[in-house]
Amino acid sequence: MEFFVIFMSALLVNNFVLSYFLGICPFVGVSNRLDSAFSMGMAVTFVMSLAAVVSWAIYNLVLVKYGLEFLEIVSFILVIASLVQLVEMFIRRMSPVLYQTLGIYLPLITTNCAILGVALLAVLKQYTFAETVVFSVGAGLGFTLAIVVMAGIREELDAADVPAPFRGAGITFITAGILALTFMGFSGLVR
Amino acid sequence: MKGEVSLGKEFTKGLWRENPVLVMLLGLCPTLAVTNSVKNALGMIGAVFFVLTCSSIMVSLIKKLVPLQVRIATYIVIIATFVTMADRFLAAYFPALSKALGPYVPLIVVNCIILGRQEAFASRHGVVASVADAVGMSLGFGIALMLLSSIREILGNGTWLGVPIVKGLFTPWQVMILPAGAFLALGVLVSMVRYFKNR
Repeated sequence: MEFFVIFMSALLVNNFVLSYFLGICPFVGVSNRLDSAFSMGMAVTFVMSLAAVVSWAIYNLVLVKYGLEFLEIVSFILVIASLVQLVEMFIRRMSPVLYQTLGIYLPLITTNCAILGVALLAVLKQYTFAETVVFSVGAGLGFTLAIVVMAGIREELDAADVPAPFRGAGITFITAGILALTFMGFSGLVR
Repeated sequence: MKGEVSLGKEFTKGLWRENPVLVMLLGLCPTLAVTNSVKNALGMIGAVFFVLTCSSIMVSLIKKLVPLQVRIATYIVIIATFVTMADRFLAAYFPALSKALGPYVPLIVVNCIILGRQEAFASRHGVVASVADAVGMSLGFGIALMLLSSIREILGNGTWLGVPIVKGLFTPWQVMILPAGAFLALGVLVSMVRYFKNR
């Protein structure tokens, strides 16, 4: 049951984008088309889960053991950067088609605060290994949900008559705000 | 004479014309997260100022020594080191603020503003110019955060830096303190900036 709570919390109640403000850059940048938004979401979910798990292992099995917790930030970011590099090489070799769809987003994901954020939060909340997996998958899917919904709305907005100063970033943020308001409705879901 | 004029320009561009948050839309994660109160915003501004300036100085000093392929990784490690320093400093001397800012201080390491300035400027210019650029960008960041946090705290709490301002004038809009309010305030602010820029 605990896992369900953690998963639902990361997915809806404390949605990574709309509550924690993590992953805003790709959220604003890639949410203008539905298919690219979905691909980005999937790429992020994959990297997020992997990065969170590896970071957890490094923190709990290495850093804590040798009293090197202050190296958390440096080691996490290096892990994430290398991981993204490896994932990119792997995808390029395994599936050129997949690489064509996801490839360009992968380097962007390195500086995605959502990835580092998941790793940091999992350690902060002192989750176990299994809880970290559930948490990061939920977070990634929450990001995907938010970005896909946003893309759907933005595709509609493209046809609307938005006043000039609001076009692009302005109306996107205001829409995100309204979206965040609606997601607040989920807050009674987990106690 | 020419050197002096350029220095002033490098400093002022970060304040308005190329304001990192309101014009270039960088570093939005911490901007939205910590502007729920002016006090938190000030903490973040201080941390970013420290990290950006020190990183720019260091990157500018070692720019000739870094091979092209590993430069991003190098910048990130440099930035991460200064972020760790800032984080530990805050945790030791301002524990309440550190707790309020939470994971957002470590997240400065992936703040696009800092890495962006290293890549775009500090790695190609001398130390003095890089300092001017860093200080200008930090102040621009500070201006944006102060604007946003002031709007959110006054409208959402009726206070500014904890001091009650609009007591009795109107009921505070709780939503402004919440994530939704952050998005709404930023959207309006960004639009207003664009309007004044294009007039």
